[in-house]
Amino acid sequence: MDAIFGNLDLYLRGFLETLRLSVLAAAGSLLLGTLLAAFRVSPIPPLRALGATYVEIVRNTPLTVVFFLLAFGLPQVGLTLGFYAAAVAALTLYTAAFVCEVVRSGINSVSTGQAEAARAIGFTFPQTLRHVVLPQAFRTVVPPLGNIYIAMVKNSAIAGAFGVSELLGVGKRLTVTNPDAVIEVLLGVGVAYLVLTLSLGLFFGVLERRVAIAH
Amino acid sequence: MPVSRFRRASIAAATVPLLALGVAACGGSDSKKDATVTSTASFAAGTTMARLNKAGAVTVGTKFDQPLFGLRNLKGVPEGFDVEIAKLVAGGLGIKPEKIKWVESVSANREPFLQQGRVDYVVATYTMSPKRMKVVDFAGPYYTAGQDIMVKKGNPLGITGPEKLAGKRTCSVEGSTPAQNIRDSYPQAKLTLFDVYTKCADALKNGQVDAVTTDNVILLGLISKDKESFELVKKPFTKEPYGIGVKQGDTAFCTFINTTLKKAFDDGSWKKAWDDTAGKVAGEAPSPPTLGNCQ
Repeated sequence: MDAIFGNLDLYLRGFLETLRLSVLAAAGSLLLGTLLAAFRVSPIPPLRALGATYVEIVRNTPLTVVFFLLAFGLPQVGLTLGFYAAAVAALTLYTAAFVCEVVRSGINSVSTGQAEAARAIGFTFPQTLRHVVLPQAFRTVVPPLGNIYIAMVKNSAIAGAFGVSELLGVGKRLTVTNPDAVIEVLLGVGVAYLVLTLSLGLFFGVLERRVAIAH
Repeated sequence: MPVSRFRRASIAAATVPLLALGVAACGGSDSKKDATVTSTASFAAGTTMARLNKAGAVTVGTKFDQPLFGLRNLKGVPEGFDVEIAKLVAGGLGIKPEKIKWVESVSANREPFLQQGRVDYVVATYTMSPKRMKVVDFAGPYYTAGQDIMVKKGNPLGITGPEKLAGKRTCSVEGSTPAQNIRDSYPQAKLTLFDVYTKCADALKNGQVDAVTTDNVILLGLISKDKESFELVKKPFTKEPYGIGVKQGDTAFCTFINTTLKKAFDDGSWKKAWDDTAGKVAGEAPSPPTLGNCQ
Protein backbone atom coordinates (compact mmCIF):
# COMPACT_ATOMS: atom_id res chain seq x y z
CA MET A 1 0.00 0.00 0.00
CA ASP A 2 3.05 2.26 0.43
CA ALA A 3 3.24 2.32 -3.33
CA ILE A 4 -0.07 4.21 -3.35
CA PHE A 5 0.11 6.33 -0.22
CA GLY A 6 3.77 7.23 -0.73
CA ASN A 7 2.92 8.57 -4.19
CA LEU A 8 -0.33 10.39 -3.56
CA ASP A 9 1.14 13.58 -5.04
CA LEU A 10 1.81 11.78 -8.34
CA TYR A 11 -1.65 10.24 -8.32
CA LEU A 12 -3.14 13.67 -7.69
CA ARG A 13 -1.19 15.14 -10.59
CA GLY A 14 -2.43 12.39 -12.91
CA PHE A 15 -5.95 12.75 -11.57
CA LEU A 16 -6.00 16.50 -12.23
CA GLU A 17 -4.57 15.97 -15.71
CA THR A 18 -7.32 13.48 -16.55
CA LEU A 19 -9.89 15.83 -15.06
CA ARG A 20 -8.62 18.81 -17.06
CA LEU A 21 -8.51 16.79 -20.26
CA SER A 22 -12.07 15.53 -19.64
CA VAL A 23 -13.53 18.94 -18.79
CA LEU A 24 -12.04 20.58 -21.89
CA ALA A 25 -13.16 17.74 -24.17
CA ALA A 26 -16.63 17.61 -22.55
CA ALA A 27 -17.19 21.32 -23.13
CA GLY A 28 -15.84 21.18 -26.67
CA SER A 29 -17.82 18.10 -27.64
CA LEU A 30 -21.07 19.48 -26.20
CA LEU A 31 -20.74 22.59 -28.35
CA LEU A 32 -19.62 20.78 -31.49
CA GLY A 33 -22.11 17.93 -30.99
CA THR A 34 -25.04 20.32 -30.58
CA LEU A 35 -23.97 22.25 -33.67
CA LEU A 36 -23.76 19.01 -35.65
CA ALA A 37 -27.22 17.97 -34.40
CA ALA A 38 -28.58 21.33 -35.55
CA PHE A 39 -27.00 20.64 -38.96
CA ARG A 40 -28.63 17.23 -39.10
CA VAL A 41 -32.16 18.54 -38.49
CA SER A 42 -31.76 21.73 -40.51
CA PRO A 43 -33.84 22.43 -43.64
CA ILE A 44 -30.65 22.86 -45.72
CA PRO A 45 -29.68 19.57 -47.44
CA PRO A 46 -25.90 20.20 -47.72
CA LEU A 47 -25.70 20.89 -43.98
CA ARG A 48 -27.68 17.73 -43.25
CA ALA A 49 -25.31 15.74 -45.44
CA LEU A 50 -22.28 17.33 -43.75
CA GLY A 51 -23.56 16.42 -40.28
CA ALA A 52 -24.43 12.87 -41.28
CA THR A 53 -21.06 12.31 -42.97
CA TYR A 54 -19.15 13.61 -39.98
CA VAL A 55 -21.02 11.37 -37.57
CA GLU A 56 -20.66 8.24 -39.69
CA ILE A 57 -16.95 8.75 -40.34
CA VAL A 58 -15.90 9.75 -36.84
CA ARG A 59 -17.96 7.37 -34.73
CA ASN A 60 -16.85 4.43 -36.86
CA THR A 61 -13.16 5.26 -36.50
CA PRO A 62 -11.35 3.78 -33.49
CA LEU A 63 -10.35 6.52 -31.06
CA THR A 64 -6.70 5.41 -31.14
CA VAL A 65 -6.68 6.08 -34.87
CA VAL A 66 -8.11 9.56 -34.33
CA PHE A 67 -5.32 10.21 -31.80
CA PHE A 68 -2.74 8.93 -34.25
CA LEU A 69 -3.95 11.15 -37.07
CA LEU A 70 -3.93 14.28 -34.92
CA ALA A 71 -0.66 13.60 -33.07
CA PHE A 72 1.43 12.15 -35.92
CA GLY A 73 -0.57 12.62 -39.14
CA LEU A 74 -1.06 16.39 -39.02
CA PRO A 75 2.68 17.18 -38.61
CA GLN A 76 3.29 15.35 -41.90
CA VAL A 77 1.16 17.94 -43.68
CA GLY A 78 2.87 20.77 -41.85
CA LEU A 79 0.44 21.37 -39.00
CA THR A 80 1.94 20.48 -35.63
CA LEU A 81 -0.24 20.62 -32.54
CA GLY A 82 1.29 20.08 -29.12
CA PHE A 83 0.58 16.60 -27.78
CA TYR A 84 -1.79 18.01 -25.17
CA ALA A 85 -3.75 20.01 -27.74
CA ALA A 86 -3.85 16.96 -30.01
CA ALA A 87 -5.30 14.88 -27.17
CA VAL A 88 -8.01 17.44 -26.37
CA ALA A 89 -8.86 17.74 -30.06
CA ALA A 90 -9.03 13.97 -30.58
CA LEU A 91 -11.33 13.44 -27.59
CA THR A 92 -13.50 16.41 -28.57
CA LEU A 93 -13.91 15.45 -32.22
CA TYR A 94 -14.61 11.80 -31.36
CA THR A 95 -17.08 12.43 -28.53
CA ALA A 96 -18.92 15.12 -30.52
CA ALA A 97 -20.17 12.48 -32.97
CA PHE A 98 -21.90 10.62 -30.14
CA VAL A 99 -23.19 13.80 -28.51
CA CYS A 100 -24.65 14.83 -31.86
CA GLU A 101 -26.71 11.68 -32.17
CA VAL A 102 -27.96 11.89 -28.59
CA VAL A 103 -28.98 15.53 -28.99
CA ARG A 104 -30.65 14.71 -32.31
CA SER A 105 -32.71 12.01 -30.66
CA GLY A 106 -33.70 14.58 -28.02
CA ILE A 107 -34.73 17.03 -30.72
CA ASN A 108 -36.82 14.36 -32.41
CA SER A 109 -38.57 13.62 -29.12
CA VAL A 110 -39.97 17.18 -28.95
CA SER A 111 -43.41 17.08 -30.55
CA THR A 112 -43.62 18.75 -33.96
CA GLY A 113 -46.42 21.03 -32.69
CA GLN A 114 -43.82 22.95 -30.69
CA ALA A 115 -41.73 23.79 -33.74
CA GLU A 116 -44.83 24.55 -35.80
CA ALA A 117 -46.10 26.93 -33.14
CA ALA A 118 -42.72 28.67 -33.05
CA ARG A 119 -42.71 29.03 -36.82
CA ALA A 120 -46.30 30.31 -36.71
CA ILE A 121 -45.28 33.25 -34.53
CA GLY A 122 -42.48 34.09 -36.94
CA PHE A 123 -39.38 32.42 -35.41
CA THR A 124 -36.63 31.55 -37.86
CA PHE A 125 -35.16 28.03 -37.82
CA PRO A 126 -32.22 28.94 -35.53
CA GLN A 127 -34.56 30.82 -33.18
CA THR A 128 -36.96 27.89 -33.07
CA LEU A 129 -34.12 25.55 -32.17
CA ARG A 130 -32.55 27.82 -29.62
CA HIS A 131 -35.60 29.07 -27.76
CA VAL A 132 -38.14 26.28 -28.15
CA VAL A 133 -36.79 22.91 -29.22
CA LEU A 134 -33.30 22.58 -27.71
CA PRO A 135 -34.26 23.53 -24.12
CA GLN A 136 -36.83 20.74 -24.16
CA ALA A 137 -34.54 18.36 -26.02
CA PHE A 138 -31.69 18.68 -23.50
CA ARG A 139 -33.99 17.66 -20.65
CA THR A 140 -34.63 14.27 -22.20
CA VAL A 141 -31.01 13.54 -23.12
CA VAL A 142 -29.41 14.02 -19.70
CA PRO A 143 -29.10 10.27 -18.94
CA PRO A 144 -27.54 9.26 -22.29
CA LEU A 145 -25.21 12.28 -22.15
CA GLY A 146 -24.06 11.02 -18.74
CA ASN A 147 -23.21 7.69 -20.37
CA ILE A 148 -21.21 9.35 -23.10
CA TYR A 149 -19.18 11.46 -20.69
CA ILE A 150 -18.43 8.55 -18.38
CA ALA A 151 -17.13 6.64 -21.39
CA MET A 152 -15.15 9.70 -22.42
CA VAL A 153 -13.39 9.97 -19.05
CA LYS A 154 -12.22 6.39 -19.44
CA ASN A 155 -11.35 6.94 -23.11
CA SER A 156 -9.06 9.76 -22.04
CA ALA A 157 -6.62 7.07 -20.84
CA ILE A 158 -5.58 6.67 -24.48
CA ALA A 159 -3.94 10.10 -24.21
CA GLY A 160 -1.39 8.45 -21.92
CA ALA A 161 -0.09 6.62 -24.97
CA PHE A 162 0.25 9.89 -26.87
CA GLY A 163 2.48 12.06 -24.76
CA VAL A 164 0.10 13.24 -22.02
CA SER A 165 0.93 12.24 -18.44
CA GLU A 166 -2.57 11.44 -17.24
CA LEU A 167 -3.78 8.99 -14.63
CA LEU A 168 -2.94 5.74 -16.41
CA GLY A 169 0.47 7.13 -17.38
CA VAL A 170 1.19 7.78 -13.71
CA GLY A 171 0.16 4.21 -12.96
CA LYS A 172 2.57 2.84 -15.56
CA ARG A 173 5.33 5.07 -14.24
CA LEU A 174 4.82 3.77 -10.71
CA THR A 175 4.98 0.15 -11.83
CA VAL A 176 8.68 0.64 -12.68
CA THR A 177 9.58 2.05 -9.30
CA ASN A 178 7.31 -0.45 -7.50
CA PRO A 179 7.60 -3.77 -9.31
CA ASP A 180 6.57 -5.52 -6.10
CA ALA A 181 3.21 -3.74 -6.02
CA VAL A 182 2.02 -3.59 -9.63
CA ILE A 183 -1.50 -4.75 -8.84
CA GLU A 184 -1.88 -2.25 -5.97
CA VAL A 185 -0.62 0.60 -8.15
CA LEU A 186 -3.09 -0.21 -10.91
CA LEU A 187 -5.92 -0.72 -8.42
CA GLY A 188 -5.14 2.79 -7.18
CA VAL A 189 -5.53 4.03 -10.75
CA GLY A 190 -8.86 2.20 -10.98
CA VAL A 191 -10.10 3.79 -7.77
CA ALA A 192 -9.12 7.24 -9.04
CA TYR A 193 -11.11 6.66 -12.23
CA LEU A 194 -14.06 5.49 -10.10
CA VAL A 195 -13.93 8.72 -8.11
CA LEU A 196 -14.23 10.62 -11.38
CA THR A 197 -16.90 8.51 -13.03
CA LEU A 198 -19.05 7.96 -9.93
CA SER A 199 -19.12 11.70 -9.22
CA LEU A 200 -20.01 12.28 -12.82
CA GLY A 201 -22.87 9.77 -12.53
CA LEU A 202 -24.03 11.48 -9.36
CA PHE A 203 -23.91 14.88 -11.05
CA PHE A 204 -25.98 13.69 -13.97
CA GLY A 205 -28.48 12.06 -11.57
CA VAL A 206 -28.99 15.37 -9.77
CA LEU A 207 -29.19 17.23 -13.07
CA GLU A 208 -31.80 14.79 -14.36
CA ARG A 209 -34.04 15.37 -11.34
CA ARG A 210 -33.48 19.12 -11.51
CA VAL A 211 -34.66 19.46 -15.08
CA ALA A 212 -37.36 16.76 -14.98
CA ILE A 213 -40.80 17.83 -16.14
CA ALA A 214 -43.38 17.45 -13.36
CA HIS A 215 -46.18 15.21 -14.57
CA MET B 1 -33.05 2.14 -30.32
CA PRO B 2 -30.52 4.92 -31.03
CA VAL B 3 -29.59 4.98 -27.36
CA SER B 4 -28.61 1.34 -27.30
CA ARG B 5 -26.43 1.86 -30.33
CA PHE B 6 -24.62 4.70 -28.62
CA ARG B 7 -24.04 2.69 -25.55
CA ARG B 8 -22.57 -0.17 -27.37
CA ALA B 9 -20.23 2.07 -29.28
CA SER B 10 -19.16 3.99 -26.19
CA ILE B 11 -18.52 0.84 -24.22
CA ALA B 12 -16.50 -0.64 -27.03
CA ALA B 13 -14.41 2.51 -27.11
CA ALA B 14 -13.94 2.46 -23.37
CA THR B 15 -12.56 -1.05 -23.52
CA VAL B 16 -9.57 -0.01 -25.61
CA PRO B 17 -7.28 1.17 -22.79
CA LEU B 18 -7.99 -2.02 -20.89
CA LEU B 19 -7.01 -4.11 -23.85
CA ALA B 20 -3.82 -2.15 -24.22
CA LEU B 21 -2.86 -3.21 -20.72
CA GLY B 22 -4.06 -6.74 -21.10
CA VAL B 23 -2.71 -9.91 -22.50
CA ALA B 24 -2.44 -10.81 -26.12
CA ALA B 25 -1.85 -14.50 -26.05
CA CYS B 26 -0.53 -16.23 -29.07
CA GLY B 27 0.69 -19.64 -29.95
CA GLY B 28 2.71 -20.39 -32.98
CA SER B 29 5.50 -22.35 -34.43
CA ASP B 30 8.66 -21.55 -36.25
CA SER B 31 10.50 -24.62 -37.33
CA LYS B 32 12.93 -22.94 -39.73
CA LYS B 33 15.54 -22.27 -37.10
CA ASP B 34 16.47 -25.25 -35.02
CA ALA B 35 17.61 -24.47 -31.52
CA THR B 36 19.37 -27.46 -30.05
CA VAL B 37 16.82 -29.72 -28.37
CA THR B 38 18.14 -32.13 -25.76
CA SER B 39 15.95 -35.16 -26.45
CA THR B 40 17.39 -37.18 -23.61
CA ALA B 41 16.93 -34.58 -20.89
CA SER B 42 15.85 -36.03 -17.54
CA PHE B 43 15.30 -34.24 -14.26
CA ALA B 44 14.75 -34.94 -10.57
CA ALA B 45 11.08 -35.53 -9.81
CA GLY B 46 9.16 -32.56 -8.40
CA THR B 47 11.26 -29.88 -10.07
CA THR B 48 9.93 -27.32 -12.54
CA MET B 49 12.22 -28.86 -15.15
CA ALA B 50 10.67 -32.31 -14.69
CA ARG B 51 7.15 -30.89 -14.90
CA LEU B 52 7.83 -28.94 -18.10
CA ASN B 53 9.82 -31.78 -19.65
CA LYS B 54 6.93 -34.18 -19.01
CA ALA B 55 4.36 -31.72 -20.35
CA GLY B 56 6.53 -31.25 -23.44
CA ALA B 57 5.39 -27.64 -23.65
CA VAL B 58 6.25 -24.33 -22.03
CA THR B 59 4.74 -20.86 -21.79
CA VAL B 60 7.16 -17.98 -22.32
CA GLY B 61 6.59 -14.27 -21.87
CA THR B 62 8.36 -12.02 -24.36
CA LYS B 63 7.96 -8.65 -26.05
CA PHE B 64 5.99 -8.57 -29.28
CA ASP B 65 6.97 -5.07 -30.31
CA GLN B 66 10.72 -4.94 -29.84
CA PRO B 67 12.65 -5.06 -33.11
CA LEU B 68 15.70 -7.40 -32.98
CA PHE B 69 14.70 -8.87 -29.59
CA GLY B 70 11.07 -9.88 -29.64
CA LEU B 71 8.98 -8.73 -32.58
CA ARG B 72 5.91 -10.58 -33.81
CA ASN B 73 6.13 -11.25 -37.55
CA LEU B 74 3.29 -11.31 -40.05
CA LYS B 75 2.65 -14.97 -39.29
CA GLY B 76 2.04 -14.06 -35.66
CA VAL B 77 5.26 -15.61 -34.36
CA PRO B 78 7.76 -13.51 -32.39
CA GLU B 79 11.35 -13.28 -33.66
CA GLY B 80 14.54 -11.88 -32.19
CA PHE B 81 17.40 -12.46 -29.79
CA ASP B 82 15.15 -12.88 -26.73
CA VAL B 83 13.09 -15.41 -28.65
CA GLU B 84 16.20 -17.40 -29.60
CA ILE B 85 17.41 -17.37 -25.99
CA ALA B 86 13.99 -18.62 -24.87
CA LYS B 87 14.27 -21.43 -27.44
CA LEU B 88 17.71 -22.38 -26.13
CA VAL B 89 16.30 -22.71 -22.62
CA ALA B 90 13.33 -24.72 -23.89
CA GLY B 91 15.78 -26.91 -25.83
CA GLY B 92 17.61 -27.65 -22.59
CA LEU B 93 14.29 -28.84 -21.17
CA GLY B 94 13.81 -31.15 -24.14
CA ILE B 95 11.05 -28.99 -25.62
CA LYS B 96 10.91 -28.21 -29.33
CA PRO B 97 10.56 -24.54 -30.43
CA GLU B 98 7.12 -25.20 -31.91
CA LYS B 99 5.90 -26.38 -28.49
CA ILE B 100 6.56 -22.99 -26.94
CA LYS B 101 3.46 -20.92 -26.27
CA TRP B 102 4.39 -17.24 -26.64
CA VAL B 103 2.62 -14.73 -24.46
CA GLU B 104 3.11 -11.00 -24.92
CA SER B 105 4.48 -9.47 -21.76
CA VAL B 106 4.71 -5.70 -21.75
CA SER B 107 6.86 -4.01 -19.13
CA ALA B 108 4.08 -3.58 -16.56
CA ASN B 109 2.83 -7.17 -16.50
CA ARG B 110 6.08 -9.15 -16.30
CA GLU B 111 6.13 -9.45 -12.50
CA PRO B 112 2.42 -10.33 -12.13
CA PHE B 113 2.72 -12.96 -14.89
CA LEU B 114 5.59 -14.65 -13.04
CA GLN B 115 3.99 -14.34 -9.62
CA GLN B 116 0.70 -15.82 -10.84
CA GLY B 117 2.41 -18.61 -12.78
CA ARG B 118 0.85 -17.50 -16.06
CA VAL B 119 4.20 -17.91 -17.77
CA ASP B 120 7.04 -20.30 -16.92
CA TYR B 121 9.76 -17.78 -17.64
CA VAL B 122 10.13 -14.30 -19.11
CA VAL B 123 12.72 -13.27 -21.70
CA ALA B 124 11.74 -9.71 -22.55
CA THR B 125 14.62 -7.17 -22.48
CA TYR B 126 14.15 -7.52 -18.73
CA THR B 127 16.73 -5.52 -16.77
CA MET B 128 17.85 -7.28 -13.56
CA SER B 129 17.18 -4.44 -11.12
CA PRO B 130 17.48 -4.82 -7.32
CA LYS B 131 13.84 -3.81 -6.83
CA ARG B 132 12.62 -6.44 -9.26
CA MET B 133 14.81 -9.06 -7.56
CA LYS B 134 12.65 -8.61 -4.48
CA VAL B 135 9.67 -10.14 -6.32
CA VAL B 136 11.13 -12.39 -9.00
CA ASP B 137 14.34 -14.36 -9.49
CA PHE B 138 16.66 -13.75 -12.42
CA ALA B 139 18.79 -16.21 -14.33
CA GLY B 140 21.47 -14.71 -16.52
CA PRO B 141 22.35 -12.08 -17.57
CA TYR B 142 22.52 -13.28 -21.17
CA TYR B 143 23.28 -9.79 -22.52
CA THR B 144 24.29 -6.41 -21.15
CA ALA B 145 22.72 -3.41 -22.86
CA GLY B 146 23.26 0.25 -22.00
CA GLN B 147 21.00 3.26 -22.22
CA ASP B 148 21.88 5.48 -25.16
CA ILE B 149 20.40 8.34 -27.19
CA MET B 150 19.05 8.41 -30.74
CA VAL B 151 18.95 11.70 -32.64
CA LYS B 152 18.15 12.92 -36.13
CA LYS B 153 20.72 12.05 -38.78
CA GLY B 154 23.64 14.46 -38.55
CA ASN B 155 22.82 15.33 -34.93
CA PRO B 156 21.72 18.92 -35.70
CA LEU B 157 21.33 19.82 -32.01
CA GLY B 158 24.73 18.45 -31.02
CA ILE B 159 23.40 16.07 -28.38
CA THR B 160 26.54 14.13 -27.48
CA GLY B 161 25.50 12.67 -24.13
CA PRO B 162 22.77 12.60 -21.50
CA GLU B 163 23.92 15.86 -19.87
CA LYS B 164 23.16 17.62 -23.17
CA LEU B 165 19.50 16.62 -22.86
CA ALA B 166 18.80 19.52 -20.47
CA GLY B 167 15.92 21.55 -21.87
CA LYS B 168 15.58 19.21 -24.85
CA ARG B 169 12.37 17.34 -25.64
CA THR B 170 13.36 13.78 -24.84
CA CYS B 171 11.18 10.85 -25.80
CA SER B 172 10.84 7.49 -24.08
CA VAL B 173 8.18 5.01 -22.96
CA GLU B 174 6.12 5.59 -19.83
CA GLY B 175 6.72 2.82 -17.33
CA SER B 176 10.22 1.96 -18.57
CA THR B 177 13.56 1.95 -16.73
CA PRO B 178 15.18 4.45 -19.15
CA ALA B 179 12.43 7.03 -18.53
CA GLN B 180 12.93 6.63 -14.79
CA ASN B 181 16.73 6.96 -15.18
CA ILE B 182 16.24 10.30 -16.93
CA ARG B 183 13.89 11.51 -14.18
CA ASP B 184 16.34 10.46 -11.48
CA SER B 185 19.67 11.50 -13.02
CA TYR B 186 18.88 14.12 -15.70
CA PRO B 187 15.75 15.87 -14.42
CA GLN B 188 16.30 18.89 -16.68
CA ALA B 189 15.41 16.91 -19.79
CA LYS B 190 11.82 17.55 -20.89
CA LEU B 191 10.27 14.09 -21.11
CA THR B 192 7.63 13.20 -23.68
CA LEU B 193 6.28 9.72 -23.02
CA PHE B 194 4.41 7.26 -25.20
CA ASP B 195 3.45 3.62 -24.85
CA VAL B 196 5.79 2.26 -27.55
CA TYR B 197 9.14 3.37 -28.98
CA THR B 198 7.90 3.40 -32.56
CA LYS B 199 5.89 6.51 -31.68
CA CYS B 200 9.09 8.13 -30.38
CA ALA B 201 10.68 7.42 -33.76
CA ASP B 202 7.73 9.03 -35.55
CA ALA B 203 7.87 12.04 -33.24
CA LEU B 204 11.62 12.45 -33.78
CA LYS B 205 11.18 12.26 -37.53
CA ASN B 206 8.40 14.87 -37.41
CA GLY B 207 10.52 17.16 -35.26
CA GLN B 208 8.09 16.89 -32.33
CA VAL B 209 10.88 15.72 -30.02
CA ASP B 210 14.67 16.25 -30.13
CA ALA B 211 15.96 12.90 -28.90
CA VAL B 212 14.86 9.36 -28.07
CA THR B 213 16.44 7.49 -25.20
CA THR B 214 16.35 3.84 -24.19
CA ASP B 215 18.63 0.80 -24.33
CA ASN B 216 21.08 0.98 -27.25
CA VAL B 217 19.91 -2.29 -28.80
CA ILE B 218 16.32 -1.08 -28.94
CA LEU B 219 17.45 2.13 -30.61
CA LEU B 220 19.48 0.08 -33.09
CA GLY B 221 16.28 -1.78 -33.95
CA LEU B 222 14.53 1.52 -34.69
CA ILE B 223 17.48 2.79 -36.73
CA SER B 224 17.56 -0.44 -38.75
CA LYS B 225 14.07 0.44 -40.03
CA ASP B 226 15.02 3.96 -41.10
CA LYS B 227 18.76 4.47 -41.54
CA GLU B 228 18.21 7.67 -43.54
CA SER B 229 16.58 9.55 -40.67
CA PHE B 230 18.25 8.53 -37.41
CA GLU B 231 21.60 7.92 -35.81
CA LEU B 232 22.88 6.65 -32.48
CA VAL B 233 24.95 8.87 -30.19
CA LYS B 234 26.89 5.72 -29.18
CA LYS B 235 27.68 6.75 -25.61
CA PRO B 236 25.91 4.25 -23.38
CA PHE B 237 25.57 5.75 -19.91
CA THR B 238 24.04 2.88 -17.90
CA LYS B 239 24.49 -0.87 -17.65
CA GLU B 240 21.31 -2.88 -18.23
CA PRO B 241 21.92 -6.59 -17.67
CA TYR B 242 19.10 -8.53 -19.33
CA GLY B 243 18.01 -11.53 -17.28
CA ILE B 244 15.50 -14.35 -17.59
CA GLY B 245 12.77 -13.91 -15.01
CA VAL B 246 11.45 -16.93 -13.11
CA LYS B 247 9.10 -17.30 -10.17
CA GLN B 248 10.70 -16.21 -6.93
CA GLY B 249 12.14 -19.06 -4.89
CA ASP B 250 12.50 -21.51 -7.77
CA THR B 251 16.28 -21.58 -7.40
CA ALA B 252 16.60 -25.02 -8.98
CA PHE B 253 14.98 -23.80 -12.20
CA CYS B 254 17.03 -20.60 -12.14
CA THR B 255 20.27 -22.56 -11.69
CA PHE B 256 19.24 -24.90 -14.50
CA ILE B 257 18.72 -21.93 -16.83
CA ASN B 258 22.15 -20.58 -15.92
CA THR B 259 23.72 -23.95 -16.69
CA THR B 260 21.91 -23.99 -20.03
CA LEU B 261 23.10 -20.46 -20.79
CA LYS B 262 26.67 -21.38 -19.85
CA LYS B 263 26.51 -24.27 -22.29
CA ALA B 264 25.13 -21.94 -24.99
CA PHE B 265 27.91 -19.41 -24.32
CA ASP B 266 30.51 -22.16 -24.71
CA ASP B 267 29.21 -24.15 -27.68
CA GLY B 268 28.53 -21.15 -29.91
CA SER B 269 24.74 -21.36 -29.95
CA TRP B 270 24.50 -18.09 -27.99
CA LYS B 271 26.70 -16.39 -30.62
CA LYS B 272 24.65 -17.94 -33.45
CA ALA B 273 21.44 -16.65 -31.83
CA TRP B 274 23.00 -13.17 -31.73
CA ASP B 275 24.28 -13.28 -35.31
CA ASP B 276 20.89 -14.44 -36.64
CA THR B 277 19.01 -11.61 -34.95
CA ALA B 278 20.35 -8.47 -33.27
CA GLY B 279 23.82 -9.04 -34.72
CA LYS B 280 22.53 -8.24 -38.21
CA VAL B 281 22.31 -4.61 -37.15
CA ALA B 282 24.48 -4.35 -34.04
CA GLY B 283 27.38 -6.23 -35.60
CA GLU B 284 29.79 -8.63 -33.95
CA ALA B 285 28.60 -10.40 -30.78
CA PRO B 286 30.18 -9.01 -27.63
CA SER B 287 31.78 -11.48 -25.23
CA PRO B 288 29.08 -13.18 -23.15
CA PRO B 289 28.39 -11.53 -19.78
CA THR B 290 29.30 -13.12 -16.46
CA LEU B 291 26.39 -15.14 -15.12
CA GLY B 292 24.89 -14.36 -11.73
CA ASN B 293 24.26 -16.91 -9.03
CA CYS B 294 20.43 -16.84 -8.83
CA GLN B 295 20.38 -15.10 -5.46
